[in-house]
Amino acid sequence: MSGDLRDLYQEVIFDHYKRPRNQGALDAPSHRAEGHNPLCGDRVTVYLKIDNGVVQDLRFEGAGCAIATASASLMTEALKGRTLDEVEALFRDFHALVTDASGDAAPDLGKLEVLAGVREFPARVKCATLAWHTLNAALRNRKQPVTTE
Amino acid sequence: MKMEHEVLAKPADAPLDVARLRADFPILAERVNGRPLVYLDNAATTQKPRAVLDALAMYYEHDNANVHRGVHTLSQRATDAYEAARANVARFVNARMPEEIVYTRGTTDGINLVAQSFARPRLAPGDEILISAMEHHSNIVPWQLVCGQTGARLRVAPVNDAGELVLDAYAAMLGPRTKLVAITHVSNALGSITPIRQIIALAHAANVPVLVDGAQAIAHLPVDVQALDCDFYAFSGHKIFGPTGIGVLYGKAAHFEAMPPYQGGGDMIRSVTFEKTEYNDIPYKFEAGTPNIAGAVGLGAALDYVRHAGIEAIDAHERELLADATERVMRIPGVRIIGTAKDKAGILSFTLDGVHAHDVGTILDHEGVAIRAGHHCAMPVMTQFGVAGTARASFALYNTREEVDALVAGIERVRRMFG
Repeated sequence: MSGDLRDLYQEVIFDHYKRPRNQGALDAPSHRAEGHNPLCGDRVTVYLKIDNGVVQDLRFEGAGCAIATASASLMTEALKGRTLDEVEALFRDFHALVTDASGDAAPDLGKLEVLAGVREFPARVKCATLAWHTLNAALRNRKQPVTTE
Repeated sequence: MKMEHEVLAKPADAPLDVARLRADFPILAERVNGRPLVYLDNAATTQKPRAVLDALAMYYEHDNANVHRGVHTLSQRATDAYEAARANVARFVNARMPEEIVYTRGTTDGINLVAQSFARPRLAPGDEILISAMEHHSNIVPWQLVCGQTGARLRVAPVNDAGELVLDAYAAMLGPRTKLVAITHVSNALGSITPIRQIIALAHAANVPVLVDGAQAIAHLPVDVQALDCDFYAFSGHKIFGPTGIGVLYGKAAHFEAMPPYQGGGDMIRSVTFEKTEYNDIPYKFEAGTPNIAGAVGLGAALDYVRHAGIEAIDAHERELLADATERVMRIPGVRIIGTAKDKAGILSFTLDGVHAHDVGTILDHEGVAIRAGHHCAMPVMTQFGVAGTARASFALYNTREEVDALVAGIERVRRMFG
C-alpha cells in the first residue's frame, strides 16, 4: 500500500458514511439481493424497484466500514432514474475505476470518482465493490448472497 | 545438525534486553509505507529470529534427507535432528517422554486429530463435548464435525461480560454424558487467560479428559503439561517464532497408545500386507507420510530461543506493555476494550465508536502499525459482545513502549479523521 490516506478517505466518503443516503429497506421491491464479506463482516442488502426498464427507486441496508457504506450510498444516488443499460455500463466503469491500478481507465463517473483512491489500497477494493456486486446479483435474481472477498 | 551453543539458564526475574532481542529479528528492520514497521499482530503469527532462519538453512544445506528410512549418513543426520527437536519440545512443555509429542501441521491439525482419533470412537448419540463461548473456530468446528458423525452434542460453557469463563456454570455442565472438554488456554480474541488448572481439575473430578488449545499461550506463558495434568495440549510452531506448517500435539502416552491412527501411509506402520497392517509405536503412529522435517528443526531452534530469553521474563514484559497500552488506549474517546478479564495475556482488542475495525486497520497500516482487524476467527464471541469485529493489537517479546506510542498515536489519528 502506497497511496495517500487522504485519497482514500475523502470528505465526500466521510459524509456518506456518517449520513448514508437511501438507507433502509424498500417496500415491495422488484429485485433484491444480499452481499456478505464474511472475513470482514460487512453485510449489505440492495433493494430495487424497476419499472419499464428504469430504476424507479433503490435503497440499501447494512454495509460496514466507511468505504463499503459510502460506496453503497453513492451507488444509490448515482443509479436512481437510470435505465438498465446505463446501470450495466456504470457497473463496468465503476469496477474499472476502483481496480485499474494503472489509472488509465478514466471513465466519467461524476461523484463516484471519489472512490478512485481505493485502487491504491488493494485490501479495500472488496469493500468498495460489495454493494455493486450485490446490485448486479439483484438484477440477475441470484438468491445466494454474493461476496467480493 | 548439531546445536553447539550452550543455553545458559537465566534468573527468572532478569528483565528482557528488548533492544538486543530485536536485533535478532531481521524483519523488524522493514519499513512499511515509509515508517518503521510496528508489528502488533503476534496473535496471528510471530516473526522469526535469525537463529530459526539459520537452522532452516543449515538443515537444507547440510543435512537434508528423509527420516527413519535410509542407512546413509544424511538420513541419519536428518533423523537425529528431527528427533532431537521432538525431545526439545518434550522438555519445553515438560512432557514425561518424547513419545508424548506428535508433530502436526499446527494447532488446528492437532485438535482435528484428537476429534477424529480420540473422541469419535468414544462418542455415542447424546454424549457431550464441552467447550467455552470464547473458542477460536478451530476449537469449535472439529467438534461440530465429530458431533455430526456420532450424534453427540456440543455444549458451550458461558463467558461473562469481562470475557472470563463462568467457572460455576462450567462445573455444572460437566456430567455423565460429558466425554471431553476442549478449551483455550488464552483467548485469541479477548486475551483472557482461562483458569486452566481449575478447569482441568474439575473435569478430572468428573472423569472427563481435557484438551487445551495452547495456540495463544505457548509463546507467552510457562506451560507445564504435567503440572496442568491436561490430557492433550495443542500448539503451532509459527506462533512461537518457529516456521509455519509445523505444530505439536502433546498427549498422555496412555491415550496415544489407545487411539487408532489418524491418517494412513508411510512411517506410521510396522508391517503391511494386503491382509493386515501393524501400526508403528507412538508417536510415529500419528505421523503418516514424510513429515515437515525442516519445520521441526526450526521449531526446536525457536524453543531454544524462547528458553534463552526466559518465558517468565517474556510474560512479565508483555504484561507491562499490555497494562500501558490498555491504560492509554482506554482514554481515547469512543474506545471500548473488548475483553477485560482480570488475568490477560498480551492481547488488546478494542472497538472505536463509529469507526469500523477495517478503517482502523488501514489507517494504522499507513503509519506502519500492523494490527488485526476483524472477527479473529471467533465469530460466536464477537456476537456475544455485540460487535462484528474488533481491532486487535497483540504483543510479543520484541515489542516496545515506543511501539505502544505508535499504536496510540495511530488510533488518535483515526479518531481525528473520523471526528
